[in-house]
Amino acid sequence: MKTDLSPRMKVALYGLLCVLLVPFVFPTWWMITSSVKPISDIFAFPPDIWPRRFDWTTYQKVFELQPFARQYWNSAYIAAIVTVGTMIISSMAGYAFARIKFPFSNAIFMIVLLGLLIPSEVTIVPLFQMFLSWGMINTHWPLILVPIFGAPSVFATFVMRQFFISLPGELEEAARVDGLGRFKIFWTIALPLAKPALGAVAIFTFLHSWNLYLEPIVFISSTNMFTLPQALTQFTDAYGGAMWNIQLAAATMTAIPVLIVFIVAQKQFVEGLAHTGLKG
Amino acid sequence: MSQPLQEPHKPPFWTIARRDAAAGYLFIAPQLTGTILFVLIPLGLVFYYSLHEWNVLANTFTFVGDANYQLLLRDPNLPQVLWASAVFSAGLVVLNMSLALLLAVLLDQKLKGIVVFRTLFFSPVVVSLVAWTIVWSFLLQVNGGINGLLSMIGIEGPNWLRHPSTAMISVVVVQVFKNVGLNMILFLAALQGVPKELYEAARVDGAPAFKQFRRITLPMISPTILLTSIITIVGSLQVFAQIAILTKGGPGVSTTVLVYYLYQQAFQFNFFGYGSTLSILLFLIVAVLTFIQWQMRKRIVFYEN
Repeated sequence: MKTDLSPRMKVALYGLLCVLLVPFVFPTWWMITSSVKPISDIFAFPPDIWPRRFDWTTYQKVFELQPFARQYWNSAYIAAIVTVGTMIISSMAGYAFARIKFPFSNAIFMIVLLGLLIPSEVTIVPLFQMFLSWGMINTHWPLILVPIFGAPSVFATFVMRQFFISLPGELEEAARVDGLGRFKIFWTIALPLAKPALGAVAIFTFLHSWNLYLEPIVFISSTNMFTLPQALTQFTDAYGGAMWNIQLAAATMTAIPVLIVFIVAQKQFVEGLAHTGLKG
Repeated sequence: MSQPLQEPHKPPFWTIARRDAAAGYLFIAPQLTGTILFVLIPLGLVFYYSLHEWNVLANTFTFVGDANYQLLLRDPNLPQVLWASAVFSAGLVVLNMSLALLLAVLLDQKLKGIVVFRTLFFSPVVVSLVAWTIVWSFLLQVNGGINGLLSMIGIEGPNWLRHPSTAMISVVVVQVFKNVGLNMILFLAALQGVPKELYEAARVDGAPAFKQFRRITLPMISPTILLTSIITIVGSLQVFAQIAILTKGGPGVSTTVLVYYLYQQAFQFNFFGYGSTLSILLFLIVAVLTFIQWQMRKRIVFYEN
């Protein structure tokens, strides 16, 4: 389909893309600009594309109304641990299922794959009871342990297995002749080659943890322990009405760091994701 | 002269095969333990709970057999909940897949600055889900930005999220723009994997662009379409945050999807037994859908590596 387009077609295509882009870009733009508008200007008519007046105190209020720095840290460290943990667990399991022959490996793989079929929403009630009996309610343990070891990491294992299957066998053969053990082969040969797949797993896992919403509101009850998605919905006035400019300022602070990382590492992001699609 | 006697060679216990097997089990042990502990045992428990009436406040846990399943069949809300889930999933999958495919084809063209467009279309994927949903709930208010823009061209918009006929479509649209970039990238990768010779041959035969798309592109990328449709459908059944933030299941129960209903019953009304029964229902729906799609693979996937 890739042909050289005529100049007229090019202009038409640019125009079409710009129109289609509006609902993708406009909300983020609206979030950022509204977060610095005084509350009285937020519903101005006609809407202001660029703020008329700036009110930076909104950003200060985010931290006054809630322990927002603490909540930010909660989300960040949980996502970091979950991402690293999932990369370790899923690359090891994926490697074993793809390249090591051992009894019952196919049967065990089928059992593990059940995790793909059972969304964590199905098991949220018993998980709540389990963590309650372990005294882990209102701690971050459920948000760390379940994603690393449970259903969410099964997808990562699947992606890693698909990748390791596609590796040529000769490299490993050579290493075995040199007398390297399985762990050495995995660590020094297979894993470095798996960087694209690991990158994709890292992106998926980080975004998944960063966005987790149902689990935090089920497992966590005290403001200090809240994660960002949970905290964002708490900026309400005494009547339960949303304090829009403050909520939007908090939302902006949640969204911007990831957006910046994405724009900087855009190429790796897209290639990593495309990779999982191709090999999956 | 006899040769010095050699001791009979004893085979070592740690043969390569045994060492391999040990390594294999060691490598999968964390994942397998996690699956058993956080997936299989909870699945067993959720079935066990569904056979009980469980009142947390009164601290009672009594076996009631299939009473919760009877309740399920008589629950006056359930038809509407299932309908809402079906509408959400169907709407999301159709809009998401077609928009993703359209964008992928457009972004596959040779054009200066196309990477910038790809980045921008993909950007909502990395905006935090709750942040994205909050902005839309701000925009979709009766006096919000969407209606502000509409009124500039003389249209008076409805109260999108509070009106039974627009609430569900609003939720679907918010979710489509959030995640369509993911499928778009997967389709783009698939498009770029289609051998160029096929198009050249078709062009020599004088096949028009649309026919090339239908006869070459679609069959060649059908495995990706199947994969993304499975991921999108299963993902659509898990929607929760969007509903909780945008509509709280309302107006009425018009946007109460199954996961939201399950959450309400178990964690807001403390009906853990009935909540577990709803979990079993969710599990069965996901299992049946995955099975159907897997079977469809034989019919609709024309090309596989």
